[in-house]
Amino acid sequence: MLDRHAEHFPGPIHRPPVVDNVDAIQPHVHAEHPHHPKLQHHFDTMAQQIEASTLGMWVFLVTEIMFFGGLFMCYLVYRTASPEGFAEASHHLNVTWGTVNTLVLIISSLTMALGVRAAQTSAPPKTQVFWIVATMFLGAAFLGVKAIEYADKFTHHLVPGPYFKWQGKHPATAEMFYSLYFCMTGLHALHMVIGLGIMAVIGTMAWRRQFDADYYTPVEVAGLYWHFVDIVWIFLFPLLYLIGGHFTE
Amino acid sequence: MSAGHVAPKSMYYMVFGALILGTLLTVAAAKVDMGPLNNIVMLAIACTKASLVILFFMHVRWSSRLTWVVAMSGFFWLLILFGIGMSDYMSRGWVPGTLR
Amino acid sequence: METLNYLNDGHGLASWLLTKDHKRIALLYLASITAFFFLGGFFALMIRLELLTPAGDLMTADTYNKMFTMHGVVMVFFFLIPSIPAVLGNFLIPIMIGAKDLAFPRLNLLSWYIYVLGGLFTLTAALSGGVDTGWTFYTPYSTAAANSHVIIAALGVFITGFSSILTGLNFIVTVHRMRAPGLTWFRLPLFVWSMYATSLIFILGTPVIAITVLLVAVERVLHFGIFDPALGGDPVLFQHLFWFYSHPAVYIMILPAMGVISEIVQAFSRKNIFGYSFVAFSSLAIAIIGFLVWGHHIFVAGQSVYAGMIFSFLSFVVAIPSAIKVFNWTATIYKGSVSYDSPMLYAFGFIGLFTIGGLTGLFLAAMGFDIHVHDTYFVVAHFHYIMVGGAIMGYLGGMHYWWPKISGRMYPEGWAKFAALMVFVGFNLTFFPQFIVGYLGMPRRYHEYPPEFQVFNVASTLGATVLAVGYVLPMVYFTWSIFAGERAPADPWGSKGLEWEIPSPPPTENFFVTPIITHGTHQYAPSKEVGVA
Repeated sequence: MLDRHAEHFPGPIHRPPVVDNVDAIQPHVHAEHPHHPKLQHHFDTMAQQIEASTLGMWVFLVTEIMFFGGLFMCYLVYRTASPEGFAEASHHLNVTWGTVNTLVLIISSLTMALGVRAAQTSAPPKTQVFWIVATMFLGAAFLGVKAIEYADKFTHHLVPGPYFKWQGKHPATAEMFYSLYFCMTGLHALHMVIGLGIMAVIGTMAWRRQFDADYYTPVEVAGLYWHFVDIVWIFLFPLLYLIGGHFTE
Repeated sequence: MSAGHVAPKSMYYMVFGALILGTLLTVAAAKVDMGPLNNIVMLAIACTKASLVILFFMHVRWSSRLTWVVAMSGFFWLLILFGIGMSDYMSRGWVPGTLR
Repeated sequence: METLNYLNDGHGLASWLLTKDHKRIALLYLASITAFFFLGGFFALMIRLELLTPAGDLMTADTYNKMFTMHGVVMVFFFLIPSIPAVLGNFLIPIMIGAKDLAFPRLNLLSWYIYVLGGLFTLTAALSGGVDTGWTFYTPYSTAAANSHVIIAALGVFITGFSSILTGLNFIVTVHRMRAPGLTWFRLPLFVWSMYATSLIFILGTPVIAITVLLVAVERVLHFGIFDPALGGDPVLFQHLFWFYSHPAVYIMILPAMGVISEIVQAFSRKNIFGYSFVAFSSLAIAIIGFLVWGHHIFVAGQSVYAGMIFSFLSFVVAIPSAIKVFNWTATIYKGSVSYDSPMLYAFGFIGLFTIGGLTGLFLAAMGFDIHVHDTYFVVAHFHYIMVGGAIMGYLGGMHYWWPKISGRMYPEGWAKFAALMVFVGFNLTFFPQFIVGYLGMPRRYHEYPPEFQVFNVASTLGATVLAVGYVLPMVYFTWSIFAGERAPADPWGSKGLEWEIPSPPPTENFFVTPIITHGTHQYAPSKEVGVA
């Protein structure tokens, strides 16, 4: 593994000779040892590759934090401005479904983590695929519940816009609440759908025996994405469903 | 030659248990009227759950310091948006006779 | 006989459109951003033609609104923000750190395709009749009242944002994980420091504008009124979210140019930069503090006075790292062995014009003054001094400095000096009168104005014509140089740096053997600061 600390290279600079345009091109120097088939050519070692890949996914997740963060900012401003209206609007959300969904996603994070661990420990492909499929199943269940909830909103005229109807004391705030509800849970659901797509790809790769202790980067990186989507819901659930202190059951 | 730390399955199950517990706790706490404390409790539980997922499920506990800094910077930057942004909303109406 | 290099290593459209080579991707970007530059320039021409006379006689007010909107959208999102990062950053960063490519070459190519897709959306908006909300898309006009193609334009900006995000992600991971052995942070070229700082802004800021313009589109299409006053929505919240990104965005536009200037100033003074670590840290400071000042765009819009004071104070603070850079560049040139090649002329232009732009930014940071000149041409002049006098001059300086490396050809130096002069004279003639006329009260975004302002506007339009010639000339002689320019050696300027040690143009994999670094890569003299030579 290449060491990047200066103290270990006390000698003179070792640079390639300056080549001007009439010299012949030197052949590409290959690594001394045979490299893993999955090592991409611009990386020097597998360790560098996995470090770069996981760092890359984390940087991407930071962008996702800021992306959802804009919506959380809107929520913060409007809930601070109209706390009673928000509480009243939140009461129509079904806490049971919300709790079920939260539990479903937490279980899916467990299955995802165990799936990563399975690849990491060179578990048989069947085991790896089992955990990934379990994760997908739970993700689909989450989306199923959301579909039920959305359908309920449609029936009760709680979709913002020209057909919105609200019976309580704060109709304008309720419409704002549901605008935020649909934007936030909708964006989250979109990320779940993308997550399912990613899992399908990872599952196929696991089925094709591509992952073991030496190479499981895609599973690790997909896992990071999946856990992030879970974390967003960990915040969405109490902020949307649990305001006000009493709720319909 | 793998770059990762392999945690025992029991660790994952324990974290899972804590997450389930946290969820049930936050639902129960929402039913009790504690005034402004409700929000604080709810946020504290959510932050704890998120931290557990980040540290253990996402392996940040065993990752490089760079990974930790990157992960924290996202949340920190949100605090900048929330904090300075809300400084506007919280201080509106402080100048008497105006909406400012 | 031509040796194998990245330009002739593979022929045909597919080898370019499906390339993973960061150098070829840089050229793909060069072609597309140049096209958008001319589109944005066309809209500028329309503005300046209308403003030749006080009366609004060339076009209707609505059409004029579309002109300045499209000028802003195209120039900001499709030219200035990608320019140096996507062209020079992509080309140079791997070479400057001794790597074969960026960390994620395929993601790099995807970035370009996403940029083009976003550009096509915006082009469609332009060709279908344009958008008239101003590049700032302020609500509630953009969500409720505008009857122009807001959604397509907003989506174009949204999509292109992902191009920025992926580029920033790539740069950050590359600089952290792909440096050659021995290349510690404090041995890096300052261009890499400023690109790294820029990438931080790409990552932390762009997603916020992405969600904001998405919400505008959602409000128009689905009527989810997040910014609708009838539902208790606050238009100022839109402005908070918009400027949370768009202020740091201006640092995206200037930091890379500052990095270019640091390189040019060293090379053409044949001297190490004065205060390397100060310049490096100031790049980070600008990026970070730049996120704390966005409310200075909202002083008069309804933000509270006390929040305004906080933002005003922080806006003064953010000027400090920029000033440090100006002092350090000046100290570098002082007692250096200065040569006045065309890249250095652009650097001189940058230092002077950026200083004026930056100082006028301080005027605007003072709330009292800002209230007087808000929405006048004073503001327009301020940001054009930074973005055109600063960023574009940095871009042109960098293109001239690295053109021999990129193309393997030398451009005609005489023409280049002439073009640099045209740009400098044209620029000042265009924008200096705008400071005056703005202070005197001429509002921005109006297609007509009181007759007493005409002389300034005529001067400005005349300047714009000269400026346009100055911009077209490099296109001509750079293109000419590809066919008939003198072939460039590896190091035509006598510069230090890894990029000058490989052939011009470079081979596809940059280095035949990974270099091992034992001191600062851009050293003109032994220096303890970056490791003794």
